[in-house]
Amino acid sequence: MSAPLLHVDQVGKRFGGFVALDGVNLSVAQGERLGLIGPNGSGKSTLVNCICGTLQNEDGRVTFDGRKVDGLAAHQRTILGLARSFQLPRPFHSMSVADNLRIPLLYAVKARLGPAISARELDAHCVEYLRLVSLDHKADKQPRDLTQVEMRKLELARAMAAEPKLLIADESMAGLSHSEIDDILKLLMRMNERGVTIIMIEHIMSAVMSFSQRLVVLVSGKKIADGDPQEVVRNPEVEKAYLG
Amino acid sequence: MDFPVELLINAIIAGVLLGGFYVAVTVGVSIAFGMLDIVNIAHPAFIILGSYLAYIVNQRLGLDPVLVGILMLPVFYVLGAAVYQVYYQSFEKHGQDALRGLAFFFGILFITEVGLILVFGVDYRYVDAAYIGPTLRFSFVDLPYRLLVPCVLSLVMIVLLQLYLSRTFMGRAIKAVSQDQGALALMAANPVKVKRVAFGISIATAAIAGAFLIIIQPVEPSVGREYIGRVFAICVLGGLGSLPGTVIGAMLLGIAESITATFYGPSWAPAVAFGLLLLTLAFRPSGLLGR
Amino acid sequence: MKSRIFLIVALAVAAALFVFARLLGSEYFFFAGYVVLQFIVLATAWNILGGYCGYVNFGSAAFFAVGAYTSVFFHKAYPLPIPVLILLGGLIAGIIGLGMGYLTLRLRGAFFAIATLALAVVLQTLIVNWQYVGGSRGAYAIRPAAIDVLGVSLPYMQYLFILMLILAVGAVVIARMIERSRLGYGFATIRDDELAAEACGVPTLRLKLIATTISGALMGMAGAPFPYYITYIEPSSAFGLAYAVNSIAMPMIGGTGSWIGPLVGAILLGSIQEVARVTISSAVNLLIVGVLLVFFVIIAPNGLVGLVQNWMKAKAKS
Repeated sequence: MSAPLLHVDQVGKRFGGFVALDGVNLSVAQGERLGLIGPNGSGKSTLVNCICGTLQNEDGRVTFDGRKVDGLAAHQRTILGLARSFQLPRPFHSMSVADNLRIPLLYAVKARLGPAISARELDAHCVEYLRLVSLDHKADKQPRDLTQVEMRKLELARAMAAEPKLLIADESMAGLSHSEIDDILKLLMRMNERGVTIIMIEHIMSAVMSFSQRLVVLVSGKKIADGDPQEVVRNPEVEKAYLG
Repeated sequence: MDFPVELLINAIIAGVLLGGFYVAVTVGVSIAFGMLDIVNIAHPAFIILGSYLAYIVNQRLGLDPVLVGILMLPVFYVLGAAVYQVYYQSFEKHGQDALRGLAFFFGILFITEVGLILVFGVDYRYVDAAYIGPTLRFSFVDLPYRLLVPCVLSLVMIVLLQLYLSRTFMGRAIKAVSQDQGALALMAANPVKVKRVAFGISIATAAIAGAFLIIIQPVEPSVGREYIGRVFAICVLGGLGSLPGTVIGAMLLGIAESITATFYGPSWAPAVAFGLLLLTLAFRPSGLLGR
Repeated sequence: MKSRIFLIVALAVAAALFVFARLLGSEYFFFAGYVVLQFIVLATAWNILGGYCGYVNFGSAAFFAVGAYTSVFFHKAYPLPIPVLILLGGLIAGIIGLGMGYLTLRLRGAFFAIATLALAVVLQTLIVNWQYVGGSRGAYAIRPAAIDVLGVSLPYMQYLFILMLILAVGAVVIARMIERSRLGYGFATIRDDELAAEACGVPTLRLKLIATTISGALMGMAGAPFPYYITYIEPSSAFGLAYAVNSIAMPMIGGTGSWIGPLVGAILLGSIQEVARVTISSAVNLLIVGVLLVFFVIIAPNGLVGLVQNWMKAKAKS
């Protein structure tokens, strides 16, 4: 069995007196589709922030692609191949939709590949990602001209444009209709087929269940379940956390 | 060499007294920046305004400057509320980038200073009060009344403010608004109104601080700028939003400045506050007591 | 328009301006024009950090004065030709910008802004206490009557004018090049959403340091010829608030989004102030700047350039 792509080892994070994460262990294999669920405030976003470098964990260590990434800035982790989308979309408001996608290409991808990729190729990739999320007809628009769904897609596309090995999609489907959710699911599946490992954080159980190969449950900063999705949801502790 | 202990002790005591005064100067920014997240770098301008008002009334009517400061409290409160309203409508409401808010306050700072220069000129102004000359003496310890009175009154003001913030509904709403606006709204308190009250109080403290300032030292329009560094140095040292922290930060700065002035000369004093600020920002930005 | 062509056009405009000034034959024009050109450099430099990256620098005067006092130092220690002094002033100011940035740019923008204020005062205090460069008494830099440039004898003021003209062209060209480059994109993401920028792979700290260094260096370069222009320099005027306010007001009134705003703001505001200074008083002209700044910040956040853009969009729609 090869080494996991992402290994979270006893990670802990405190905010003053409040313990947000407590000894969380997590392993994600190359190419896996992992679902991460848990009630609001359970620490999911904090965990994502610690993995991606937006926050630094105080305890434990995070290893990505064989490298210890604790202490590395967020942009360095993105260059290594770790990308995330934000729960509330954070587009660059002063730029066009297309330019929003250019940023991760110009910075993360260019930094990674250096002279091996030309400006023209980066541009081509940009167009490709726009098409992937059906935003090519809005390429020159500003983010404020987009609908809610389109903003979500832009957010996801921007993370994809960083051409990551591991993509963390943080609640990208909240508030969307059934067909829109399907769209996003198809997108993520297609990425996974290309070889991108995906961690999906969601509240929409139907989406999580159909997408995930493995399910992890986080409650009050602790991992309480980790395994086959069908078994995990039947776990009495998990039921209690959601219904109790 | 005979270590000048007496000089040192007097320097420290002067520093503590000065620190007490600095508390009055800073508490307004502690509220605005620490609790409301408003970087009001124009606060010293309001203080200088208070000084000049105390000067005029003291000159014309012979009223004690502290009394003038107290009388000015409601005026400055209204001024503060008005400024906040403009700030809120123009910047906060739309979540504008911090750049414009900072430029706004910088503009106010500037307009106030230049306006004062145009009206009063650049000569130093000072006030007359019974306690400005004499000094209380305990053996070798000097306690100039002009420092002692503002220091004591300052600490009284802080205590009153602290009581207000912890005992009254509006006071607690103010503390709450710095932590969670949403929850506050659910508690049927309008966050904008609460912030307006808080900012009004913040500027009101400038009225009193201004009166203290002109008691302690002669004032001219550009004096305000020296205080920008002091005020923010104290806020950052003491940890934003903490009133007790403000007191400690103010004392520390007062003592540091006093010792520097005594042993190295007063021309180095402005650098102390700003230097301390730079160092704190560089190495311990959450302050000594910060959260 | 490619950068190379823009540079040529800019230099052509500058040359035309100089020829026009010579034909005008007015000493005053060179004298006042120098100030406006100086402001173009300062405003453009400020905008690189303030407008492009969103980080406010209140201490422009500090970097300007560093350039000026570098010249004073060498004037006393070992006289050097002004172009060399300009480079030295830029170098030292750039290093200080880098250092200060390294200390404070990891914090929020508000803390950085306050730190720049602190820096200005600390540097001023250091200079006031440094007797070699005159301390609070000030220092004199005698301005020769004329200088030989490439075999032609030019009145010294015109020589200074040309130098500042070249600096202004340089600053504007650099700003425009940055705007259109990968660096400029990076700066914009820092301004828009620093957290998201990091997540996209933008090395925000490194870029901010680059911006601070370039901005500080340009300001220092603008300050280097100053002692020769004004002939008597002392700390309170070199570190004066007028520089801090103008470097902020000119880009904000002109428009912070591109290189055009600071240029427009500097020319407009610089001229207005000069007129006010001569006709009314120098305090009043500063008051005008302050009021305009507050007014524009509240009413027209995108400056004059923004107003023009909105007007053109409205026309296009109708």
